[in-house]
Amino acid sequence: MERIPILKMGQFLLVTIQVDMHDRLALTLQDDLTSQIVRHRARGVLIDISTLEMVDSFIGRMLSSIASMASLLDAQTVVVGMRPSVAITLVELGLSLQGIRTALDVEKGMAALVAAVAETEGVNERSEV
Amino acid sequence: MQAKGKLSETLGKREAEITSKWLELQAAGGKKISAAEHAETTRTSREFMSAFKAATQKGSTDDITGPEWERVREIISDLSASRAKGGYSASETASFVFSLKQPVFSVLRDEYGKDPEVLGDAIWEATVLLDKLGLLTTEAYQKTREEVISRQQQELLELSTPVVRLWENVLALPLIGTLDSARTQVVMQNLLDAIVDTRSDFAIIDITGVPVVDTLVAQHLLKTVAAARLMGADCLISGIRPQIAQTIIHLGVDLTNVTTKATLADAFAVALRRSGQTVVKMDKRVAAEAK
Repeated sequence: MERIPILKMGQFLLVTIQVDMHDRLALTLQDDLTSQIVRHRARGVLIDISTLEMVDSFIGRMLSSIASMASLLDAQTVVVGMRPSVAITLVELGLSLQGIRTALDVEKGMAALVAAVAETEGVNERSEV
Repeated sequence: MQAKGKLSETLGKREAEITSKWLELQAAGGKKISAAEHAETTRTSREFMSAFKAATQKGSTDDITGPEWERVREIISDLSASRAKGGYSASETASFVFSLKQPVFSVLRDEYGKDPEVLGDAIWEATVLLDKLGLLTTEAYQKTREEVISRQQQELLELSTPVVRLWENVLALPLIGTLDSARTQVVMQNLLDAIVDTRSDFAIIDITGVPVVDTLVAQHLLKTVAAARLMGADCLISGIRPQIAQTIIHLGVDLTNVTTKATLADAFAVALRRSGQTVVKMDKRVAAEAK
């Protein structure tokens, strides 16, 4: 069965979506990603959608639910490289993906992820004290 | 069907006479024109007459869409196009054809005055034909005008949406003029493309030059901001004039999720601060040396 590979890099997981997302694939990705986060005790997830040319409302919702699931498992999510046409489509669909972090490219996304994780750790440490 | 062919016969016989009368009429009726324009009109008229004569002889006068009438149609549309561009009014343009009626009718009366039935038929044939040609002139005129308008719209669109780079990672989009859906679409696309191209983290939309902000415009602005955010860029709105601030609040538009600033300078300062940069005044001595 077709799967989207999930790469582990330190405490982060990397997902690059390079094929057309159909609904089945999206659901499989959700399953895989949540189980990988738990297995690797990942602190952050970076989803690169720079090659994604089309989105529908299902994929849009999938992205935001992945972010919510990851945050339940104490991992931050950053979506990077969204194309202008995709962004416009999502906005027109009324999905502004509130609460999801975004970045222009993988480099900036990684920096944002590191910063976000550091921030939450800071909060955790303070709460422990 | 006796009257059929009378028109072309008469035209064939007395073309020169009709043409000269027609030219006189055109010169008398229209507005003041220069010598060059006059020469141009004369030339076009002669050309039209000969093409018109040829067409009535070869083709049917009932149907001007046939191939025999192609030359006539061509002359008319060229004339309408050049007159539309030259600033003539629609009626001035149409009168080119309609002013032909009088000389044609008077010549027909000359020829068939003794036989009222034939004369009536011939005049009817001529009038229907010339009306069709007149309508064609107006249509061609209008088409040219529409082309001019749509070209200007396109030019305006290109002209009015420049995305400028203010600083490393900071883009600005000064909007000038009324925003409608079509323009906003272009603005949105341009801005988002520029964000990708320059990898900018901040984009400032300056609406100082936007005269009216209604719910639709506000909606468009919010959409642009949301789309930029989805791509990972921060979008600020600046240049909100006092009246516009009042309008926005009266309309009940919620801009609380968007960073808004009164001036472009303020927004620029915010963008610099958020990207960890700052502009400082030079020390007096250093400044003097720099000069």
